[in-house]
Amino acid sequence: MGLFDFLKNKKINKKYEVGMKKTREGVFNNLKNLLSKHNRINDELFDEIEELFIISDIGVDTVVEFVEELRNDKRVQCLATAEELNPIIVDKMFELYLKGEIVNSNLIKNKDGLSVYLFVGVNGVGKTTTIAKVAKKLIDQNKKVLLAAADTFRAGAVEQLKVWADRIGCEVVAKEEGSDPSSVVFEALKKAKEENYDYLLCDTAGRLQNKVNLMKELEKIKKIIGKEVENAPHDTLLVIDATTGQNGLSQAKVFMESTEVSGVVLTKLDGTAKGGIVLAIRNKLGIPIKFVGLGEKIDDLEHFDIEQYIYGLFSDLI
Amino acid sequence: MPFENLSDRLKMSMRRITGKGRLTEEDIEKMMREVRLSLLEADVNFKVVKSFTKELKEKSLDEKILKGLNPGQQVIKIVHEQLKELMGEAEPLVFSNDLTSIMLVGLQGAGKTTNIGKLANYLRKKENKKPLLVACDIYRPAAIEQLKTIGKKLDIEVFERGTNKPSDTVKKAMEYARVNGYDLVMIDTAGRLHIDELLMDELVEIKKVANPNEILLTVDAMTGQDAVNVAEAFNNKLNITGCILTKLDGDTRGGAALSIRKVTGVPIKFSGVGEKLDEIEIFHGDRLASRILGMGDVVSLVEKVTEHIDEDEASNIMEKMMSGSYNYNDMLKQFKMMKKMGSFSSILGMLPGMGNIKKALGQVDDSQFKLVEVIIGSMTKEERKTPKLINGSSKRRKRIARGSGRKMSEVNKLIESLQTQSKMFKSMSGMDPAKMNMNNLSGMMNNQKTKNRGKGRNKRRW
Repeated sequence: MGLFDFLKNKKINKKYEVGMKKTREGVFNNLKNLLSKHNRINDELFDEIEELFIISDIGVDTVVEFVEELRNDKRVQCLATAEELNPIIVDKMFELYLKGEIVNSNLIKNKDGLSVYLFVGVNGVGKTTTIAKVAKKLIDQNKKVLLAAADTFRAGAVEQLKVWADRIGCEVVAKEEGSDPSSVVFEALKKAKEENYDYLLCDTAGRLQNKVNLMKELEKIKKIIGKEVENAPHDTLLVIDATTGQNGLSQAKVFMESTEVSGVVLTKLDGTAKGGIVLAIRNKLGIPIKFVGLGEKIDDLEHFDIEQYIYGLFSDLI
Repeated sequence: MPFENLSDRLKMSMRRITGKGRLTEEDIEKMMREVRLSLLEADVNFKVVKSFTKELKEKSLDEKILKGLNPGQQVIKIVHEQLKELMGEAEPLVFSNDLTSIMLVGLQGAGKTTNIGKLANYLRKKENKKPLLVACDIYRPAAIEQLKTIGKKLDIEVFERGTNKPSDTVKKAMEYARVNGYDLVMIDTAGRLHIDELLMDELVEIKKVANPNEILLTVDAMTGQDAVNVAEAFNNKLNITGCILTKLDGDTRGGAALSIRKVTGVPIKFSGVGEKLDEIEIFHGDRLASRILGMGDVVSLVEKVTEHIDEDEASNIMEKMMSGSYNYNDMLKQFKMMKKMGSFSSILGMLPGMGNIKKALGQVDDSQFKLVEVIIGSMTKEERKTPKLINGSSKRRKRIARGSGRKMSEVNKLIESLQTQSKMFKSMSGMDPAKMNMNNLSGMMNNQKTKNRGKGRNKRRW
């Protein structure tokens, strides 16, 4: 049984399906229409498939490679009609993401005590909201969670995290706006260790990846965490807005250089944007996606599941 | 990313073509594919790209280009001009005689709250307005707090009624502004998805109450293909009057702006270019055109330089850039100027060919200045003045490497980047020096001139 058939029978999480409904209606109805419109498999069809992937913001490079591979795939060369391409495209999308590995979307846990997670990203992607959502998930598992409000730059950021912390019922370490973010993290680490917290989640200020000094600041924060807790941060999550275009790849590259990003959180997937750049990020840089944000409510965060994601994109086909 | 810009892309595809003397239609087709991919990489919407390349192809099939000496450059020139035309001119804001109101709308995280502060500050300074900020984001935790903090920093009053219905708050704010002598009301709204009917209706209600002179859609410059959907949805619902393109100080190429302009016809009016509250400027379509092509933004660079640096020196360098006699002394001067200006990274993006330096030096930061300084420091005076001397002599290169204590490869890369830079400068100014860019540049420079009247010697050239 191929993946395609497997998907056909898979039970799909409702929230995912609703969240991604708009996304799906956009692109993949088009793919279905496209394939049924063409009788023959020819250059024109491949060009249109290429276009369709580009609409979902999958990196241009990755798309060009993907379509080239599709074109040269032995299975494709034996096909008579365009519609038979469906399962092959789906299968190849899986290959693109999985790359023959088992990709786990769980956060890495420190078995010997405190687990520290660092959240990074450019401005306005939803870091603070995501932290609150992740914290809520952990609290629901009866874990003791501490937040560090290390976005001391943006007006109102500390306040925002405090409001969330109040709502979900956890503690937050904060200083006044403009103070050194490293010192906030340091204090939070101290508190977390002394008071036996299970998890520490560190918020950081949004920064554009070409601001060298700000990236250095992030490196420093990471170093401090590593000094205080062995092997920490256990996960460094790059938060990416689903509306982001090709620049997402540059974001991932540069943030990875300074903080060894271990996973991506794809936010705002409940709009019409497809967030396809994360596939390019996985393809080019090997970073897996760990969570997707599907709405503004505290529970609107799901573990990333490639099967569901692709199902979301392709379910009209199957 | 394999290609820095369209110029690189075309060079690659032209390599296979040159030497033939004459281009075939198939060659043109290949070039069109490079143009297409380059625009897609810049996040220009695929539909816009499609109609764009179609038009371009027709123009490119023109006999003159097919037979011309450097078809690649000519295609870039046409692309550049066509992009400029599409972007259009910056359009000013519309004000009422008595009370003007401006509403900012957009998706979550686009930068509405920050930019409302920036814009209020800008209009206070440039248009002598007395602004009142109105906090209507009642959903995101601490959004009102954020606006109040910004208001405090700028010493601009913020009107809020907590989490009351936004349209009620706006109504009260308008009354308050009239009574208290404000002539500009700026309304911050909550970020929302364009498909959220309920929240979109809320905006319509605010619009009814405020009857705004301007409704500005705030768009993140990094937005991908979805930009068009967002802009269309907001425009259909609200008839937006313009856009603010934010986070343009990043390294994104910003093609979304082009798509929005083309698909909705709405002009981009301002761009946000930094995190500080004075980092907003009038949007320049022609500069974005260069940026989309990855050609850097020489005009902005020169403006920045003249703002911070001795004008005579800047004009000399500009002249050299354009005449093609750019050498290591100029490079060093340029670096020193940038150092003075501080925010190195924002300037890097404006410089054509800087990609090579970036690659050569790895992560560029201020300490890397020293590397360039050291290498150039080990050149003789003659070599600095006449880069050609080094180009042809591995002896000289070796000596420079030894003298500076750097690797040969680093020296080579520096040499390469000087060549790329001067070539790019030449191609930007010299595609057709008689008519093209110089016109545009001189227009820019004239503005500069009136601002700084009475200083500098080389005005006439500009």
